[in-house]
Amino acid sequence: MKNLRHIFYLGLKEMVSLARDPVMLFLIVYAFTFAVITPSKSSVMDVRNASVAVVDEDQSEASRAVIEALRPPEFRPAKEIPFSDINRVLDRGKYTFVVDIPPDFQADLARDAEPTVQIVTDATAMSQAGRGGGYIAEIVKNTVEPFWRGQGEPEAKPLVGLETRPRFNPNLEQGWFVAINQVINNITVLAIFLTGAAVLREREHGNIEHLLVMPLRPFELMFAKVWANGLVVVAAAMASLFLVVQGVLRVPIAGSIPLFLLGLCIYLFSVTALGIMLATLVGSMPQFGLLAFPVFIVMNLLSGGQTPLESMPLVLQKAMQFVPSTHFVSFSQAVLFRNADITMVWPDMLKMFAIGSVYTVVTLSRFRKMLAAVQ
Amino acid sequence: MTDAGDDPWVARIRGVSHRYGKAIALDGVTLDVPARKMIGMIGPDGVGKSTLLGILAGVRRMQEGEVEVLGGNIDDAKFRNSVASRIAYLPQGLGKNLYPTLSITENADFFGRLFGQSAEERAWRIDDLFRSTDLTQFRNRPAGKLSGGMKQKLGLCCSLIHDPDLLILDEPTTGVDPLARRQFWDLIDRIRERRPEMSVLVATAYMDEAERFDWLVAMNAGKVLDTGTPQELREKNGVDTLEKAFIRMLPEEARAGHREPVITPYVPSEGPPAIESHGLTQKFGAFTAVDHVNFRIERGEIFGFLGSNGCGKTTTMKMLTGLLPPTEGEALLFGEPVKGGDVEARRRVGFMSQAFSLYTELTVRQNLMLHARLFDLPEDKGKARVEELIKDFGLEAEADTLAEALPLGIRQRLSLAVAVLHEPEVLILDEPTSGVDPVARDGFWELLIRLSREKGVTIFLSTHFMNEAERCDRMSMMHAGKVLAQGPPAELVKERGAKTLEEAFIGYLEEAAAAQAPRAGTTSDEPVVPPPPPEAVAAESAAHAAPSRFSLGRIWAFARRETIELRHDRVRLLFALLGPLLLMIVFGYGITLDVDNLTYAVLDYDQTTASRDYADGFRGSKYYDERPPITSYAELDRRLRNGELRFAIEIPPRFEDDLVRGRQPTIGAYIDGANPFRAETARDYVNATHQRYLTVLRDEKGLPPAAQPVIIDNRALYNQAFLSLYALVPGDIMLLLILIPSMLTALAVVREKELGSIANFYAAPASKAEFLIGKQLPYLAVALIQFASLLLLAVFLFQVPIKGSFLTLLLGGVLFVMASTGFGQLISVFSATQSAAIFAAAIITILPAVQFSGMFVPVSSLSGAAAIGGRIFPSTYFQAISVGTFTKALGIDALWPQLVSLAVIILVYFTLSVLLLKKQEA
Repeated sequence: MKNLRHIFYLGLKEMVSLARDPVMLFLIVYAFTFAVITPSKSSVMDVRNASVAVVDEDQSEASRAVIEALRPPEFRPAKEIPFSDINRVLDRGKYTFVVDIPPDFQADLARDAEPTVQIVTDATAMSQAGRGGGYIAEIVKNTVEPFWRGQGEPEAKPLVGLETRPRFNPNLEQGWFVAINQVINNITVLAIFLTGAAVLREREHGNIEHLLVMPLRPFELMFAKVWANGLVVVAAAMASLFLVVQGVLRVPIAGSIPLFLLGLCIYLFSVTALGIMLATLVGSMPQFGLLAFPVFIVMNLLSGGQTPLESMPLVLQKAMQFVPSTHFVSFSQAVLFRNADITMVWPDMLKMFAIGSVYTVVTLSRFRKMLAAVQ
Repeated sequence: MTDAGDDPWVARIRGVSHRYGKAIALDGVTLDVPARKMIGMIGPDGVGKSTLLGILAGVRRMQEGEVEVLGGNIDDAKFRNSVASRIAYLPQGLGKNLYPTLSITENADFFGRLFGQSAEERAWRIDDLFRSTDLTQFRNRPAGKLSGGMKQKLGLCCSLIHDPDLLILDEPTTGVDPLARRQFWDLIDRIRERRPEMSVLVATAYMDEAERFDWLVAMNAGKVLDTGTPQELREKNGVDTLEKAFIRMLPEEARAGHREPVITPYVPSEGPPAIESHGLTQKFGAFTAVDHVNFRIERGEIFGFLGSNGCGKTTTMKMLTGLLPPTEGEALLFGEPVKGGDVEARRRVGFMSQAFSLYTELTVRQNLMLHARLFDLPEDKGKARVEELIKDFGLEAEADTLAEALPLGIRQRLSLAVAVLHEPEVLILDEPTSGVDPVARDGFWELLIRLSREKGVTIFLSTHFMNEAERCDRMSMMHAGKVLAQGPPAELVKERGAKTLEEAFIGYLEEAAAAQAPRAGTTSDEPVVPPPPPEAVAAESAAHAAPSRFSLGRIWAFARRETIELRHDRVRLLFALLGPLLLMIVFGYGITLDVDNLTYAVLDYDQTTASRDYADGFRGSKYYDERPPITSYAELDRRLRNGELRFAIEIPPRFEDDLVRGRQPTIGAYIDGANPFRAETARDYVNATHQRYLTVLRDEKGLPPAAQPVIIDNRALYNQAFLSLYALVPGDIMLLLILIPSMLTALAVVREKELGSIANFYAAPASKAEFLIGKQLPYLAVALIQFASLLLLAVFLFQVPIKGSFLTLLLGGVLFVMASTGFGQLISVFSATQSAAIFAAAIITILPAVQFSGMFVPVSSLSGAAAIGGRIFPSTYFQAISVGTFTKALGIDALWPQLVSLAVIILVYFTLSVLLLKKQEA
């Protein structure tokens, strides 16, 4: 009971401190608004807004039809460029695709001479290069159909049809995924840096030592930081989810919000504990920055939020199982998009909790040692 | 500019006012300060002494009034810069302007370089100053490991290295032991003998020190009360000591209720002693901080602890509170051994440590309230107690002020209030009155006496004030971890045959020091005759030339110092050099856009040869990973939802039948769309597999291939095999070179702001550009090493060849790390706290670096804020250079616009940093 009260009051103090740091508050707001909206709207790893140029050597109705068919949302309106510019624009990364329509294109179609359309792709644009070429080919074929007087039979109905039905995100809007992923990333970065920096700040100002001569136990100090900073992040993240993700970005949330909230709390327990643990491992704020940032970068890029987890080498996949964000990414996708219930996601929740407990044990055992370093 | 030799005034102050928010620090001060004298500023805490000194030194921005220092207007930036080399400023706080990881010599050397001295001149001056301050034998010790007295001596050396005409010292001896204090003033006297033209301005809380000054300025509440020689002030007020004179001078309300504390004799009480120690010893490695110390302090006794700085007082106190387990021996509280984890015992003890034990971001009342709650006082009782303490400690006026805005003395008062809040039976106070003015100190003592005599509280305190030590019932003198003498103060004086306690104490100390370390060279008692300066030095220092506007020497001074600090911080260097390598390896293998191992399962309603034939098409591919078949639609739904399957193939009933009869059966492919990138790729794979099945099927049935209107010739440039590696490894280099160097640099300036050494820059004749460039250089060097090691990894470990111009890549890399360290520095200049800086560095860099730079999404597809964000951030341009030279085989002819853009960005960041950096305090 006394413990809980101590944890409560120490946590309140944390919040007052935070409220007095305007730069910090600004960054929190920035993280959960701008840093969610902008990438979600624009920076999607998919054939969206792909830039394409056309070399129109025919200037016919057919070629113009092709140019017009390349349109949003997959493509930006196609720009015409001269043939000699092809290499230059690709070198400069101005366009990702260049479509070359040969002379006599329409005439050749009419006589069924099978004209060759060349699609040149900048294959360093990995997220678009592979699929974009296929899309363009498809568009070209469909667009020229009316101009084609083929001798052969038009392709009969295929023997077996295929109907792909994307679930949970019917139009495969990449922006939905990016929005949620950005929220997760910002939860992680906030939790690690807020708590870690809070511990180091107390230490650099000599407060930890003072707290330890009071009738307080190290776990009270630790959990005060966990709940206070965790609560700030939970509040900010939930506000971001409702106002920004659902409100501004119009991403439908399929699953149960209370379940997500529960998972979020468990995740914050583990990741704030991680922040404190990292803070107890280093001696100063600059060291903390250099240790915590790479940890966060790894969590940001390798937890399955940026690139698919299952494509990574097996060793790395296994290693990432010991990082809570991997489970949280998988948990969030399951709950928010796939409407998974607790019977499906409890393993993720349990793992996050277990990892958090390990961090907590390590941190508590480091607290006294950290004190010795204060001398 | 007037020569220092003939102007009768060193400073003329006209109507200077200064306020911090609502609080008035200076209220229309008008004062002429005579030159070539030692001038003392005395007054209670928080009356504006420090503010005035800061303004005179040019490190604090003026708000109102006019100030002439050394014959020029100090508010004029040009004049300030020209006169900076004639002023030296030592800010308040022990060693606050020193660099703790630098050795003593390195610290002094830095200041010498800052003032443009040649190697020869520096060597001579450092040698001269160290000899006269007795620091020579410690010349390689890091400043952070020095005792308080030595720190102040070193601080003084650093201030004096450029022969200033005006030396400004803000409470230089607060927290310094009596012996070191005496040496400090002797040193100043000697220097003044050598350079009589120098004026010295000192703020002090010690009245006995003020007695030896030539002229005094007494201040209160932002106003000058009186000026004159110490003798004049004493005579005017008709008292025999300056301390009493000062109290007389205070207006009625300021000294209300003040009286000399009176000690009633101590009456021993029953029971076991409150504090006891037997052979208490603490060793840090080979160093013995506390060496077999024995105590016995009775209940209700006031026990004083007098000792030189760094003699082990604080360590002893920490062992008594359980903060530090002793290496040997034991400590007992009320007969019980002290244990670190004993929470209940802590309720009986109040501890006030030297390091501020306050939350600076809370107000006075909030600090007290928090402690009341942490000591489990019931809410109403707690409130009453807090109000009582605010009254008792005279904190009414500051009750709702943030602790960080409080002057030193008032903070100390608040710390003590916190320590006594829970009415402990034992109070352990580590230098509770350091920096506290005489009136407040007497108020303090009245409280202590009341606690001890009326409530039977045992008080164990350390102090540097002799009159406080004299008030103790018993005291002990400590030196180098050992107790030299113990007993009632009067007896100790008698025993030693000394006139005063101070004399007795210094006698003990000198005896102990001589016995312990008989050493060659000078001791402080010998008159120091420094060797004459070399001719060149004499010529150089004869005139204070106005400093040049831009000096490579000063840039190098900053750069060198930062480099040494970085070199001493092995952990940080290790993180900085190995971190990127490790991350590069992890990313090189881990970040890939190749999608494979997609888990899938088949729901086969038909279960015929034809349906199994269709399902076989998905087997044996590295793209797919088959899971046990599905038996119902509900199961399909569940297994997609729980994330087991990335897609599911549904083969309809009568598949074979429909196929044979040409009724075009339709396969259903359900794809988990939660991750759209993966889903789209999966859809393409499934489509391709399906097409392959159809082609084979047509072949089997002997049907001709379908006719086509056009032939599509797909040509992939630069990366024919579509290997992620070739596009992503150059991107990884970009990512790491923006993230790590900016984080590395992000604390450079803000750390100095938070720890206080930025004052050196304020006071130095250095421009903002010199400071920024100098501080950036070492980080730039580290970043270049990172760049080189990442290139090697890319080429040799990941086998990504550089197909284009290597020189362009190098040039781009150099410009890029200049931009990324410049960005870090911009954050550092902008942020107020270190935590905000690392947070900002993390959160601001990662978004444009990952999302807007073109690494994952082509820049040409970005729009709106993302496109702008990408354009104003350097990572976009280096991404183009890195991918261009590695994979696209490009050279400078194609990439020069990116190089130019980087150069422009560097200039913009630098200009912004210069504009945002302040050269004065607010």
